[in-house]
Amino acid sequence: MAERSAAARRSGTTVLVLVFAFLYVPIAVLVALSFNAGGLPTVWSGFSTKWYVSLASNRDILHAALNTLIVAVASTIIATLLGTLLAIGVETRRRKGTVLEALVFAPMIIPDIVLAVALLSFFSMLNVTMGLHTIVLAHVVFNLAFVCAVVRARLKSFDWSITEASADLGASGFTTFRRVTLPVILPAVVAGALLAFTLSVDEFIIAFFTAGAGRASTTLPMQIYSMIRFGITPEINALATLVMAVSVIALAISQRLNKGMVGQ
Amino acid sequence: MTTSRPTLLMMPALAWLIGLMVVPCGLVLALAFFQRGIYGGVDYTFTLENFAKVVDPLYAGIFLNSARIAGTATLIAVVIGYAAAYAIASCRRSLQPVLLFFAVLPFWSNYLIRTYAWIVLLNREGLVTQMLRWFGYTGEPPSMLYTEGAVIAGLVYNYLPFVILACYAPLSRLNPELAEASRDLGGSAFTTFRRIILPLTMPGIAAGAVFVFVLSIGNFVTPALLGGGRFQMIGNLVYDQFLTANDWPFGAALAAALIAIMMLLLLVQGYASDRASTRSAPVREDA
Repeated sequence: MAERSAAARRSGTTVLVLVFAFLYVPIAVLVALSFNAGGLPTVWSGFSTKWYVSLASNRDILHAALNTLIVAVASTIIATLLGTLLAIGVETRRRKGTVLEALVFAPMIIPDIVLAVALLSFFSMLNVTMGLHTIVLAHVVFNLAFVCAVVRARLKSFDWSITEASADLGASGFTTFRRVTLPVILPAVVAGALLAFTLSVDEFIIAFFTAGAGRASTTLPMQIYSMIRFGITPEINALATLVMAVSVIALAISQRLNKGMVGQ
Repeated sequence: MTTSRPTLLMMPALAWLIGLMVVPCGLVLALAFFQRGIYGGVDYTFTLENFAKVVDPLYAGIFLNSARIAGTATLIAVVIGYAAAYAIASCRRSLQPVLLFFAVLPFWSNYLIRTYAWIVLLNREGLVTQMLRWFGYTGEPPSMLYTEGAVIAGLVYNYLPFVILACYAPLSRLNPELAEASRDLGGSAFTTFRRIILPLTMPGIAAGAVFVFVLSIGNFVTPALLGGGRFQMIGNLVYDQFLTANDWPFGAALAAALIAIMMLLLLVQGYASDRASTRSAPVREDA
């Protein structure tokens, strides 16, 4: 859309300024207040990093952070492996099936609360003791779907004839994968893994339902949720800022590796 | 029996999805047909009473209420999101990916934290109250938190990026010559928008709207945090049945209802996209 009047351009700019203000002011206020020296969570009284220091000595938070890291790393590794294989399988398959497409797409659209209660019922009916391992099992479900979607997008433009050439030259299936296919799709695989990692770090509802009783397997979002329910504190502001920073960094790298992924 | 290689590659992931998504979801659906045990738990006697309860006036009221809140949030998000997507699609080509990236970025950060940010803003001594004071307001701080408005604001804020993304896709593919042709033929800017641009971008609007509505109506975090527990969505109801009321069969029926709503809306969305694709071929123009 080109050739627009100055008035149209001005109103477009106004819309963008307002929308970006709406999107970013709440986050900016939160980040700014995490550096607040005063004890009141919303009234500014000078710069300080003391809330970050106090986070580092909060055992509950450190414990939850460690749990989150374990869950995110484990579910990312499994999901990246399964999701990549799934993507290659779906893309090299000759028949396209609606059921298969729906199955691969479903974890991305199913409401969290539904999957959460379904897994809770499932695990308790099988008498599975719930904990970090059940959170990992659950997170892999949606993570592998996202990895698969990212890798499939890359495979769409992949020239399969080069794998045939490799096979004609005597390479085994595995060698072809390792030397030909993998190097081409690697950026998408890493981008998918980073996306899975941030999704897992941020996921709250499913973890909440599949963590089991007790505080042993509390993850960071669960910890944040219970802290918020007790009221707002400068400490939550600092913790929130750190968690957001991790997500944003992982996403920025993912976006760089897989240009245009978020924009597709 | 031999299995083809693609099937072999898909096997582990499909097994995972079937074992940990399809089977549990089927199980929860099955639970909805049983009775609640006297001490909680499940009594395996067939009944349809859980579904009858879903449409019981008491719960139907909550359904309608959450549909209204979700509907309002959807409408606002679509209007703002479409305007933003339109503005982005009208920018220089080189600028568009950057703007889109920053519009979507908040969406990938923690949902709880984005909701918490609104507690900080709307709190009695939050930024909004302080701004009012700064402009000379001296009365009692207005109560903005724990209202329906706060819940709607939280939902719009959280899901807006997705609407922008969904609306941008068809807008960026729009052929500018169509709009020019309409203007050359004497169509006003409004007519051009209503008759050309809007119908062609309807799939994006439908996708965004379905997404916001389904996630809003099934939400339980935003009503709990920004509504102070005073506004229940279906998500809160499901949460209560499973974690506090201990009536799993009824919670399962509610979850089934959520899935049914989602399926129905996805069908409507599919229909909207089909209509748009037949329209994009300018075969017939009535009136």
